[in-house]
Amino acid sequence: MATNASILETPKPQTITVSYEHPFIVRLAHWLNAVALFVMITSGLRIFRAFPSFGPKIPQQNFWVPPPGITLGGWLAGAIQWHFTFMWIFVGSGVMYLVYQIVSGHWRQVLFMPHDIPGVWPMVRHYFLFGKKPPVVAAYNPLQKLAYTSTVFFGAVSFLSGLVMYKPVQFWWLTALLGGFRLARVWHFMAMCGFVAFIPGHLIMVALHGWNNFYSMITGWKRDPEYIE
Amino acid sequence: MTDKPQSRDDQPAESEPQESATPRDEAPETQRTSDNERPKALIEPRTDEKPHIEVREEVPRPRLGPAGEEIRDVTPRDRRRINRRELLKLAPVIALGAFAIPKLQQPLLNTGLHFSDWTAGKLFGPRRLEPTYSNSKVAPFDKFPYNYYDVVDPGVDLASWTLTVEGLVKRPGDYTLQQIQSLPKQVQNTRHVCVEGWDVVGNFGGVRASDFLRWVGADLTARFLEVECADEYYESIDMETILHPQTIFCYEMYGRPLDRGHGAPLGLRMPTKLGYKQAKYLNTVRVTNVLKPGMRGYWEDQGYDWYGGL
Repeated sequence: MATNASILETPKPQTITVSYEHPFIVRLAHWLNAVALFVMITSGLRIFRAFPSFGPKIPQQNFWVPPPGITLGGWLAGAIQWHFTFMWIFVGSGVMYLVYQIVSGHWRQVLFMPHDIPGVWPMVRHYFLFGKKPPVVAAYNPLQKLAYTSTVFFGAVSFLSGLVMYKPVQFWWLTALLGGFRLARVWHFMAMCGFVAFIPGHLIMVALHGWNNFYSMITGWKRDPEYIE
Repeated sequence: MTDKPQSRDDQPAESEPQESATPRDEAPETQRTSDNERPKALIEPRTDEKPHIEVREEVPRPRLGPAGEEIRDVTPRDRRRINRRELLKLAPVIALGAFAIPKLQQPLLNTGLHFSDWTAGKLFGPRRLEPTYSNSKVAPFDKFPYNYYDVVDPGVDLASWTLTVEGLVKRPGDYTLQQIQSLPKQVQNTRHVCVEGWDVVGNFGGVRASDFLRWVGADLTARFLEVECADEYYESIDMETILHPQTIFCYEMYGRPLDRGHGAPLGLRMPTKLGYKQAKYLNTVRVTNVLKPGMRGYWEDQGYDWYGGL
């Protein structure tokens, strides 16, 4: 019996079950955005350092002076060069991602909707308070949807407020809509804080889910997906 | 969705999950009771049966994960091949690594900056006005910063001062402040924005740059205006901005003659440009089509963007 079974098994090629989790455009947008976001935040902090306040110049009351070690560009002009170069990559990857999500219909999997609200707390309890893991019923759990949707929101706010700071006269209507030039700086800074709050949580979750999960964001294919027997 | 299916239509829909649960290949054709499939099986010649089944075995039917992911069973070799191909498709991300190469970094950043300047020029509306503010929104005079790169007062001899006009003009020469002030005066409450990020609304008075340039017979189709200052500051500005209706040669602030710290006796005031473009203590203006290298502007030649538009 044993020899018989081994004869039957050997000609069968050994296979690996893989599943295509992340489409190419999403992966491309994700990694371009990751690089661009790093440059935008670090160079943005160097720009903020030139006038680290949200009030008038006279009298100047500093809000927070970013330490040079976490900034990029060396001085204001250098930081502006980085910021004005990578803003195109940042916005470009964002637009590419949004267009893909809308056209493919995948936005339904990831967009946080009102019916997701009740599912947020059980996930928070599970992650932070060692609660029972809620059953997996969709591609993304409500907390994931909230996190990913909020990054799109932060991106939209940083884009619009950035546009106001870049061209307040040409986009005077947007300047008025966001409450003026000075408030636009506040929105821009708060959107940055939103990203900074998201990134550590995101990286911790990636680390907890291991190499296999991380690798699927690079090649798209996940080995031995957990939902396949 | 819910109103259409009759009780008869519901039955196949309900039996579908059961069908997919058991592999379709193993389900004998004769077990099917549907009226549509029975004649098909009868018409099909018996000889076709075997190759038909073989084809089904070779092409794996698409399996989908819970979120619609495509699922495959691949050999380790195929998996390596797929991963390699997908990795190569991310080449645009790897290309960003060029920014980390010291020799390429500055040229790449300059390209980005020039592209931004080019876009800024395209976005500029020659007739789009900076909103003007009521007097109550104007910062008090002592809250309007003195900003300078070297000295707050370069010691201009105000009595003998003249503005030298050069380049593509019909009547070049030296013009006195009285001559400049003889032209119609424009007063504006507009926002001054510094590249550092602060802003202040001030009250400015002067002659429209377009009025002055017409008066001296300048070629308004020229591309640039170059300016030189008493403190050896220098600037160059695109003609579109110079001809903007709110661009003035400023000789008054808050209803008083420009004081020395703010650029006496004459400065450039453009609500559509950043602060570093607004040259003070003007000595010379030159209408030109060509910018001399290294003479684009004091800060621009050190790395700030040339357009500096708002």
